[in-house]
Amino acid sequence: MTDLLIIAIPVFPLLAMLLNGLLGSRYSHDIAGRIACSSVGLSFATALAVFANQLQIGGVREVVVYRWIFGGDLNINLAFLIDPLACIMLLVVTGVGFLIHLYSIGYMHGEEGFTRFFTYMNLFMVSMLLLVMGNNYAVLFIGWEGVGLCSYLLIGYYYDKVSAAKAATKAFVVNRIGDAGFLLAIFLVFYNFGTLDYTQVFAHASQLSPKMATAIALCLLVGAIGKSAQLPLYTWLPDAMEGPTPVSALIHAATMVTAGVYMIARNHAIYDLSPVAMTTVAVVGGTTALFAATIGLVQTDIKRVLAYSTVSQLGYMFLGCGIGAYAAAIFHLMTHAFFKALLFLSAGSVIHALGGEQDIRKMGGLRKKIPWTHALFLIGTLAIAGIFPLAGFWSKDEIMAHAFVHHHYVLYVMAAIGALLTSFYMFRLTYLTFYGRSRMDHHTAEHIHESPMIMIGPLVLLAGLSVIGGFPGVPPENGWFHHFLHPSVAAGAAEEHGVSLGLVVSLMGVATVIALAGWGLAHYLYRVRPEAANQWASKAPAAYTTLLNKYYVDELYDRLFVEPTKKLGQVWDWFDRTIIDGLVRGVGELTESSAWLSTWMEKHVIYGTINVIGYSNHLAARAWRKLQSGMVHHYAAIIVAGLFILVHLVVVWWTMGAVR
Amino acid sequence: MVPLSAYVAVSAILFVTGLIGVLIRRNFIIVLMAVEIMLNAANLNLVAFSHYLESMTGQIIALFVIAIAAGEAAVGLAIIIVVFRGKISTNVDEMNLLKW
Repeated sequence: MTDLLIIAIPVFPLLAMLLNGLLGSRYSHDIAGRIACSSVGLSFATALAVFANQLQIGGVREVVVYRWIFGGDLNINLAFLIDPLACIMLLVVTGVGFLIHLYSIGYMHGEEGFTRFFTYMNLFMVSMLLLVMGNNYAVLFIGWEGVGLCSYLLIGYYYDKVSAAKAATKAFVVNRIGDAGFLLAIFLVFYNFGTLDYTQVFAHASQLSPKMATAIALCLLVGAIGKSAQLPLYTWLPDAMEGPTPVSALIHAATMVTAGVYMIARNHAIYDLSPVAMTTVAVVGGTTALFAATIGLVQTDIKRVLAYSTVSQLGYMFLGCGIGAYAAAIFHLMTHAFFKALLFLSAGSVIHALGGEQDIRKMGGLRKKIPWTHALFLIGTLAIAGIFPLAGFWSKDEIMAHAFVHHHYVLYVMAAIGALLTSFYMFRLTYLTFYGRSRMDHHTAEHIHESPMIMIGPLVLLAGLSVIGGFPGVPPENGWFHHFLHPSVAAGAAEEHGVSLGLVVSLMGVATVIALAGWGLAHYLYRVRPEAANQWASKAPAAYTTLLNKYYVDELYDRLFVEPTKKLGQVWDWFDRTIIDGLVRGVGELTESSAWLSTWMEKHVIYGTINVIGYSNHLAARAWRKLQSGMVHHYAAIIVAGLFILVHLVVVWWTMGAVR
Repeated sequence: MVPLSAYVAVSAILFVTGLIGVLIRRNFIIVLMAVEIMLNAANLNLVAFSHYLESMTGQIIALFVIAIAAGEAAVGLAIIIVVFRGKISTNVDEMNLLKW
């Protein structure tokens, strides 16, 4: 029974996707939206049932749907693995996914391609569920590529917009780099273990040589960096904001981009073997957390600020994985899904209210006009900034505390500065959007309206989750969440640290002070003395422009990779046109002239010979066919004549024999 | 005692008679009858040699030949009737479809 339930989880959105994709044009948008939402809702309900079952029974459950590839040494099943980690991911993906689907009905109302949107969203849900439920690397990879495809399709949802089409291509191409690393890792795993099943691989992981473990872990990390937008492959994520806002919330904040974190946590058995890889993960995460946060400080597009914030928060998760705090990383993944989805969707509500405006310089003073959205956005901001006791406080503090307790002081300082910046830019965003004077033009200001219930409802639920989402993880490192997750991510070296209560509390205090400091700074710069921000910026113009231009990383990549690739493409184009086409054309012309020659030969020599033979046969036949008179007695006469001749010959032969 | 050569001579005369009939007559039925004469010439030969060699084989074969000749006559007559229906004639010269 449970097996059936597990299989049913991805089947619901799959069916809805097929239904909407194939027949969606036959019925109204309303019905298409309902089908899509209810399928994800059913998935969520089923996931809850599976989760309840996991709570009661525990352990690991594997369900083979069918044998997919088998032959020789290669045996791959389409099979699912349900353990605590998969359960958490399932709940986050289907739960947040369901709320975002609901919200999308309101947000996408009246858009052209409404059904297409929900078809892609459902396809995304299927892929994401395969990704988190798969029991081997092949299924993980299918889901991994599936979510990448859906990300591409949904970023390019407004495909007639050039920037959207370009952003979609960029996301796809940058992800290919990561996927190449991931594929290499899969090949290495198969080469070393002869199987792709998690259970068998992790059971034998300890037999790996340290070098091989490092190689596999680093290749996996390349894949995770691509998918989770870490340094140096993060550049696609801010551009991905070209997609509709629910897409940004679902794919580029709550679920898909966390796939890398999930993957590292899933493969912790391999990472635990390689201190080098662990350190790399932690450094990548810590650097990204700080780096992206600094860019977020000065961005003026509401969604881009949130995008950089996502990159930064993903950095915290990587940092958590890298220092062995897998449970904390997954915990942060979960709370981040709540509050980042909330923030994105509230931002979507703001954009919706302003009729598509995304530039925060043209907002301001919205608090009175859209009070619900304001309250919800504020809750999200408090949560991500790490204000006690909202969700973000517990998860982020736990990662930072883990770093401090395990003596990763540099990483701790980076994370702490990142947290300060996070708090600052999030409150800056809130103040610029909702407080102060209105900077809108008259036309926009007149049409401001609060979003409909179908959008506010899911937001209220997400806000609730953002407030209480941290409590399963209390107390840090020893909460219900950690005990539940323990079987999945129990690191080999997870020795209990006798951390004194005093240290924990004082670290929490430091974190709170950091968050409040960021808040205070933002409050001073954007509320108390609004002109101060510009003065500060003009004092350090170089730093400001660098940040505003995102450290020129896009330009750098353009110079280093894109332009040379284009040049190379031109070279090959020339090569193709002149050398290869020349060869082909030469061969063609050679064939043509030899064909002319052989045509001539055929016409004059071969046909001549054949005609001579045929004509002489014809002439001979004209003479000989006279024999065939058709009259029976002629034939009889010839037979008799022949008989006489034969008998004569025989007689002559006999007599000659007799003579001799 | 009639010598063997007498039988053979009669048989040869009969055969040549039948052969000439086949070659020169134009009536299909007569041609068929001439063929029967040739068969009987052969029968006479078989029986004569059988008696001369004191072996029954030849006589048995003669019996077979008679039976087959009956069958052949039946088939031949049937063909004549079919052809006659189309041509309203039994002239062999008019049956010349078997040519090029």
